[in-house]
Amino acid sequence: MLTWIALAALIAFSLFTFRSGRERLVRGLDPAQGRPHSRPGYHGAYVALWAFAPAALLLIVAGAFGGRIEAAMLRAEVPAAVAALDPLQQGVFFDDARAQAHGLPLSQTVYEGGLKAALADKAVEARTLEQGMRLGVLALAALMAGGGFALARRRVAHQFRARNRVEGWIAGVLILSSVVAVLTTVGIIASLAWESWRFFQVVSPIHFLFGREWDPQIAMRADQFASEGAFGALPLFAGTFLIMLIAMAVAAPVGLFAAIYLSEYARPLTRSVVKPLLEILAGVPTVVYGFFAALTVGPLFRAGFNALGAQLAGGPLNDLGVYLMQVQNQMALVAGGVMGIMLIPFVCSLSDDIINAVPQHLRDGSLAMGATRSETIKKVVLPAALPGVVAAMLLAVSRAVGETMIVTMAAGLQAKTTLNPLDTVTTVTVQIVTLLTGDQEFDSPKTLSAFGLGLTLFVVTLALNIIALRIVQKYREQYD
Amino acid sequence: MPANRDDTDAHEPAHMHIAVDSAVAHAPTGQIKVRARDVNVFYGEKQALFDVSLDVAERAVTALIGPSGCGKSTFLRCINRMNDTIPGARVDGRIEIDDENVNDKALDPVVLRARVGMVFQKPNPFPKTIFENVAYGPRIHGLTSSKSELEGVVEASLRRAGLWDEVHERLHQSGSSLSGGQQQRLVIARAIAVSPEVILMDEPCSALDPIATAKIEELIDELRRQYCIVIVTHSMAQAARVSQKTAFFHMGRLVEAGPTDEMFTNPRDSRTQDYITGRFG
Ligand SMILES: Nc1ncnc2c1ncn2[C@@H]1O[C@H](COP(=O)(O)OP(=O)(O)OP(=O)(O)O)[C@@H](O)[C@H]1O
Ligand SMILES: [Mg+2]
Repeated sequence: MLTWIALAALIAFSLFTFRSGRERLVRGLDPAQGRPHSRPGYHGAYVALWAFAPAALLLIVAGAFGGRIEAAMLRAEVPAAVAALDPLQQGVFFDDARAQAHGLPLSQTVYEGGLKAALADKAVEARTLEQGMRLGVLALAALMAGGGFALARRRVAHQFRARNRVEGWIAGVLILSSVVAVLTTVGIIASLAWESWRFFQVVSPIHFLFGREWDPQIAMRADQFASEGAFGALPLFAGTFLIMLIAMAVAAPVGLFAAIYLSEYARPLTRSVVKPLLEILAGVPTVVYGFFAALTVGPLFRAGFNALGAQLAGGPLNDLGVYLMQVQNQMALVAGGVMGIMLIPFVCSLSDDIINAVPQHLRDGSLAMGATRSETIKKVVLPAALPGVVAAMLLAVSRAVGETMIVTMAAGLQAKTTLNPLDTVTTVTVQIVTLLTGDQEFDSPKTLSAFGLGLTLFVVTLALNIIALRIVQKYREQYD
Repeated sequence: MPANRDDTDAHEPAHMHIAVDSAVAHAPTGQIKVRARDVNVFYGEKQALFDVSLDVAERAVTALIGPSGCGKSTFLRCINRMNDTIPGARVDGRIEIDDENVNDKALDPVVLRARVGMVFQKPNPFPKTIFENVAYGPRIHGLTSSKSELEGVVEASLRRAGLWDEVHERLHQSGSSLSGGQQQRLVIARAIAVSPEVILMDEPCSALDPIATAKIEELIDELRRQYCIVIVTHSMAQAARVSQKTAFFHMGRLVEAGPTDEMFTNPRDSRTQDYITGRFG
């Protein structure tokens, strides 16, 4: 809270320093010397930056890490009574001391005798420490703001290159942002790789990739760590692949044909309405498609197949009939089909852009040869757009593989190595969700296996995206 | 005809002498192949051509000249109905090829375009092999019945376009692997593979260097023996070199048309005079 007030005050102060820096230049201007190197605004910005940035950085760092420093200082001296406790209990003790100092609820632990006294002591110490830190930080921030302001303001002069300095600051901020973006990505990948590595210490990668039995729930107790039988992910890959195939069987033709209609046949007016609509559709949250799959399409398909089964049972196709009568709501066909519907706008919009990028003079050339519109599309436009369309399909595949919500709601949980679209299957993403939802112990192979799955998924989608982008790049070069 | 490959301007006397010779030799003998009468073209509300009437002679090259935006390309596209492909474009009037009205809505443009080939400003080989580019027309129109016959047509077309010697060893490489000038000759080969009667060329050399241009001009001169050719050009020198008849367009109207040598020596209209002497455009 105090940090926010201090930051607000700092911003107000910086505004003042901006004006002050600008004014100083303007007032000191000597017409005989001609124009100053930098416009007054740059001088103001330079002064304000020095007043603001260091102090703000201090406040933010103190806000983020102050608590930890405080805790560490509190632990510097351990009372004798506390030293007798085991490390875990010591930790609880110090947390409670700080909680008491801040008036927060304590843990359930009962402190007696020497411990009770020590707790009261430490609580007082924590309070003093906290107040001291707070005051210290505020004073230091004020000093830095004032000092930065004073030093920077003194530099304001006719020939001072304030513009270059401010540009340097701006470049610095931009570089910092991109470094943050890259570092977080690298960090995420590293943590994924690290946890996966721990997983693969317990379960061999060969077994993980090619094993046919997936039942991670067995391996929950400590003495079952090494039970390898449960971590064969092949059924998950098969399920993911099956659903992806079904989704692409829906999305690829419909999306592509719609794109051809939009870019080659639709009037400009139609196109200008439909295209943004598609882009909106592509942004519908997938959980909505999940409802649709689980509550509408699933029961509908089940009823349909059950009825068909009832017709067939007893006839020459008795076995098939009996099977169809037992089909459940959850099946690969429903999840894949709805996922395909979700992907249609994505495929259509991308393909439309790509087909549109085929130069008009190729179409004209073909039409002028006496080719019809569909011949032109089939023989000239599509072959020219093929690499791009393939890339669009790969991007759609990578989305299908990584899609979670629809399959969680509509595909089922049973790990089966099957290509039967009427079966319930489970996918990599669904398993990651089930493995990591609820309270988990982060050391068991069960939870770690989720990272193994995550890494596999990451590698596959990354490869697909890289290939797709490469193709698109090549394709662009061809026409520029 | 001794096509003049000198790069000096066409209105200089030395060139006109040669041009006169060629016109005397060919212009009067050519019968009318394409006859345009009162052609008006609208792009939406905007009128781009006003009452254009022009005769185009068989076995001769007719050049369309005029400042940018005057409607040369628009007129050219009327002859093979390519304006149909532009949304909002409307063409009024009669355009006859051999007494058959091209502008008749009952006429199938697909059939018409097999008879009227077109070459564009930018070389536009399809993203296919050289062979497939030339075989494109014969295939879609079903002109050949066997593979060897198709190969014969491809070879003959490439020969007539003067490209055979350069490409016969790499017929199955991509058409876009050729140089700009070669691509333009490939496109011409593609156009003549369906044995058209008329060939339309819209600034076919404007994307090419002088040497490639010279080759194309030579080729046009060669093709003139067999086809009726209409060419749009911005180069007076080129018009003088390759054409026997010239038509000058200005602001959507046909200002004057006549034998090329007369147009360049003795224009009737002052606007023509101004244009060919480089005073505007
Ligand atoms: N597709 C189109 N839609 C609307 N107006 C067009 C279209 N094509 C051409 N026009 C207009 O018609 C007029 C004639 O154009 P056209 O392309 O025939 O000129 P041009 O003589 O070929 O010019 P250039 O020498 O620059 O090629 C111009 O005013 C142009 O703006
Ligand atoms: Mg033009």
